[in-house]
Amino acid sequence: MQKREKLLKEEVKKLLDKKQVDMVIGYEKGTLALRTTPCFLASVDDVDRLVWNEFCENNLAKYLPGRKEKVAIVAKGCDVRSIVGLIQERQITREQIFIVGIPCEGIIDRRKIESRLGEKEILEATCENGKILLRGEDFQEILKKGDFLYDSCKVCKYRNPIVFDLLIGDRVPELEKIDEYAEVRKFEAESPDERWLHFQKEISKCIRCYACRSACPLCYCEQCFVDQSQPRWIGITDNPSDVGVFHLFRVFHVAGRCVDCGACSRACPMNIDHRWLLKKMEKDVKELFGYEAGLSVEEVPPLATFKEEDPQDFIK
Amino acid sequence: MSEKVIQKNKMVDFLNELLKAYKVFAPVKRDHIVSFDAIQSSGEMLLNYLNSRIPPKEIFFPRSEKMFEYIRDDLIEVKEVLPSEERKVLFGIRPCDAKAILLLDKVFDSPDYQDPYYLRKRKETIFVGMGCDRPQSTCFCTSLGGAPFSEEGLDLLFTNIGDRFVVKGITEEGETLLEKYEQVFERAKKSDLDDKLNVEKEAVNRIKSKIALEKIEKRLDKMFEDSFWDRIYQKCLGCAVCTYLCPTCHCFDITDETMDTSGERFRAWDSCQFALFTLQASGHNPRMSGKERVRQRIMHKFNYFVKNYGEIACVGCGRCIKNCPVNFDIRQILLELVS
Repeated sequence: MQKREKLLKEEVKKLLDKKQVDMVIGYEKGTLALRTTPCFLASVDDVDRLVWNEFCENNLAKYLPGRKEKVAIVAKGCDVRSIVGLIQERQITREQIFIVGIPCEGIIDRRKIESRLGEKEILEATCENGKILLRGEDFQEILKKGDFLYDSCKVCKYRNPIVFDLLIGDRVPELEKIDEYAEVRKFEAESPDERWLHFQKEISKCIRCYACRSACPLCYCEQCFVDQSQPRWIGITDNPSDVGVFHLFRVFHVAGRCVDCGACSRACPMNIDHRWLLKKMEKDVKELFGYEAGLSVEEVPPLATFKEEDPQDFIK
Repeated sequence: MSEKVIQKNKMVDFLNELLKAYKVFAPVKRDHIVSFDAIQSSGEMLLNYLNSRIPPKEIFFPRSEKMFEYIRDDLIEVKEVLPSEERKVLFGIRPCDAKAILLLDKVFDSPDYQDPYYLRKRKETIFVGMGCDRPQSTCFCTSLGGAPFSEEGLDLLFTNIGDRFVVKGITEEGETLLEKYEQVFERAKKSDLDDKLNVEKEAVNRIKSKIALEKIEKRLDKMFEDSFWDRIYQKCLGCAVCTYLCPTCHCFDITDETMDTSGERFRAWDSCQFALFTLQASGHNPRMSGKERVRQRIMHKFNYFVKNYGEIACVGCGRCIKNCPVNFDIRQILLELVS
């Protein structure tokens, strides 16, 4: 990790020094344990602020749409797939960005750790050799990193960025024998009533802060449907149909585009599991169109195009 | 005002007595999230908690509430929908959150405006505070005139001194409770009161974040057009986590849910961080981007509210810091503003 962080700084310094880019979007130390925070650097003097570690949870692709300058972006495997999506959808040009790809062995799920520790405040967290070292005022705890990764990281198939201008450090081994749709199959086996209950339970936690939308790199619509008042698509109340429509629309809107980076679930202050429906959509798109999002800048997402051989048997 | 002691194992009895006479709201943990909710039995209450993720403001100012119903035929008939007035105890509120309710009172219970939806819920509520013996690293209440054991806005204050609590009656309502349920309380010994003072002192010492905010209103007077905002807003995602989880944020939106000939009017939390917040009918939005929206959040709390009501609309609870998806830390903003 430290080696990769050192390399990252060296390379980014060169980029800014040679004026290859106007700005770098990366991570810097946050003010909380288990966190880092996005940073925007334009000067070589600031590069030492950059960090790379297991707490770099944000998907920085969020900050790309609408940029005018040439930017370098620090991107994990999942983030790169989001960037590919943004290029496909013409939100940014390939030439405008310099992808500083960074192989990633999984990001630590702060909520899992906080749940494990209960009502104890973690003041410092570091990660070394697969162990998470936590320190509070009157406790110390060592946890196994593998037990506290984000769910999306546990089934990640692209730990090494697939598109990049520069790769920081050696590639990491890809995960083997992962069953990314185990949860989806459980959900598919449920009766419609059970699924509905499951859905209702998840969305009953929602406070409509829209952090899921705000953190999603694909939610770049100039005007989101929830922000339209003429006409108004959904009500503002906590009526389950209003809340449910928001979540269902969002899931459908990102179908075939979502790369399972997990940004929505990470941003949610109410611990809603956004991924279980998104993953189902991902599986459907894969089965219907043989398409996986964010793998090639030349491809067009299946729901943005039409092919004669597209399956049509779902039209009744 | 008197001080008593209650053994921790007697808390169940006290809560059970309260539950007979009042609707009791207390911190509960559901799906790993602490919030204030109406409890049915004393066992539901969480005694050992840092603070709730959702502030107790939602008891008086819920995320969404119906204001009235109407029938629109030849004539328009409006049916009032007001929340019931019931005797409530808000048990275990932290002093920062109690202060936040006093700030909300300034808005909803002002000489200019009396908000019946808020006031009917707020009235007849007894505030039983749980002193904050473990302030977190994100807490900065002492920079805002608060303290972990501040009595402001409370009727009773509990201080954890090990196997028992010292309970202080602060108002007449609080004293009445102490008398009414005297069987669960004991006389406080001098050593108990000494322990209490030590716990309080230690808690204050634990608060490391200190920001001198005396001059912030004046400072912000000159900051509206400053390039400072261009720099700081960049990482903000524009969600409403900070405002919705803030115990003092109180903006709301009003809409009608109209059916054919009838309808209901609702109000629901709204956030200055949203694009729709100030979008005008013409299509013009005076707060075009995240920059203006982040500025609004800071200005409202530390400048406009001070001008309108004489106090800063922040209590230093740290919820916006802990829960921000990108670790946007208001303390850094404030420190920079006052330096």
